[in-house]
Amino acid sequence: MQGLAHQLIAGIATGGIYASVALALVMIYQSTHHLNFAQGEMATFSTYIALTLIQAGLPYWVAFLATLVISFGIGVFIERIMLRPMQNASVLANVGVFIGLLLVFRNAMGWIFDYTIKAFPTPFDTGTPLFGGLVSGHELGSTAVTLVVLGLVYVFFRFTKLGLGMRAAAFNASSSRLVGIRVGWMLALGWGLAAAIGAIAGIMIAPVVFLEPNMMLGILLYAFAGALLGGIDNPGGAVLGGFLVGIIENLGGAYLVGTELKLTLALGIIICVLLVRPTGLFGRVVQSRV
Amino acid sequence: MSALLELRDVHAGYGQTRVLHGIDLVVDPGGVTALLGANGAGKTTTLRAVCGMVRTSGDISLAGEPIQGRPTEDIARRGVAHVPDGRGTFMELTVEENFRLGAFVRQDKEVHADFERMFGYFPRLKQRWRQQAGTLSGGEQQMLAIARALLLRPRLLLLDEPSFGLAPLIVQDIFGILRQVRAEQGVGILIVEQNANLALDFADRAYLLETGRIVVSGPAHEIREDEQVRRSYLGY
Repeated sequence: MQGLAHQLIAGIATGGIYASVALALVMIYQSTHHLNFAQGEMATFSTYIALTLIQAGLPYWVAFLATLVISFGIGVFIERIMLRPMQNASVLANVGVFIGLLLVFRNAMGWIFDYTIKAFPTPFDTGTPLFGGLVSGHELGSTAVTLVVLGLVYVFFRFTKLGLGMRAAAFNASSSRLVGIRVGWMLALGWGLAAAIGAIAGIMIAPVVFLEPNMMLGILLYAFAGALLGGIDNPGGAVLGGFLVGIIENLGGAYLVGTELKLTLALGIIICVLLVRPTGLFGRVVQSRV
Repeated sequence: MSALLELRDVHAGYGQTRVLHGIDLVVDPGGVTALLGANGAGKTTTLRAVCGMVRTSGDISLAGEPIQGRPTEDIARRGVAHVPDGRGTFMELTVEENFRLGAFVRQDKEVHADFERMFGYFPRLKQRWRQQAGTLSGGEQQMLAIARALLLRPRLLLLDEPSFGLAPLIVQDIFGILRQVRAEQGVGILIVEQNANLALDFADRAYLLETGRIVVSGPAHEIREDEQVRRSYLGY
């Protein structure tokens, strides 16, 4: 019973990471109908930036915030420079750009920070596990950070004028222009926000899985599975899907398939969703006229 | 008196297809101009040309200022509100959010007073305040589209077939409100309407468009007497 509870809690902790990355994916998907395959690599790059800042002597939380700002800037910059010229290009051309971005980021990281595996600090107490060994300080802390971030993102989109403008631009670009919203900038802000959310996910998972250029590869797959499970066009659904995938992965890994085959569960979820319910649990059916 | 909106020799089209072949058109400040014509004559395209939604050439000026070739969002910020065909409401968002988006670019403090004014025009929208726009009836959606456009506090309102698909009573309602809006807010209106009778009653200036060219133009009451218009569009 103790073991089950522990796996459940660990699942929620990693699920939070998947939920964040899934949210980043969905935010860009909603407004552009493209999946950013480089989302994971961008997050890893941000994590390296955080490590560099921490090693330079900045306090953890200062480095954390600075990394978010820098990541936001990188996201906006990429949208403006690389995606803007592609807005009328074919889907395949866009996929090409995303894969190119992925390769550029991965190899740039190897080049700049080298390929060796690095330890990443956690700001949370790593001493004795809490609540009778159920949960580690880092699991608790990272879950709290993730929940706060998800909450802030919700409040931003739900209650602020800028958030409303960004949602409107994602739903209906041409009507948004008619009310004077600068749709291009809203997309760029969306990229910046997605990059910052990804950065938080990277920083929170790095102490667990260690930092190396491929760190987010597996996590991106779980996040895809989460986003698909919840509904690729529904941010709330994607977040819930991310948490579910984290729990399924941990319980499945512990009791069903073993840790070596855990990633298969993510791929299994993707296939099941696409076969049984392609819109995901909370997605909406889009009817398109031909 | 200089025109609120003036089009001179405006050409427009989609890709290789030319739709407008040199349109001249005027909307007076606070005036109503009606654009009549059969399907495919280029009425909708003319409205799209004004707010920069299609590739155009020629001169388009708003109160003497050239706006041709500017991005749609800039033209909106200069006070041109467009209620397009298909209404341009945000179906996934609530009525409240649609209102807030209508006033998105405004910095003044009177936005909430304008919300109240819209409730005065369209009381039903107040009852639907927290409802998703996609769940409203056709008439309510048209009301929401017009309210959304008016919340920009436009100098010029572009209306694309506001009567389309609506019951006659609701159409009467909507045109009554449009008259009231025009009288109270002094907004200039360019209206495209299939229902020529309705449009000519409402307008003070009218143009008849045929395959991308203006074939008849003049004061609305004279157009009403025009043989060609009467036979083709008024049906008597």
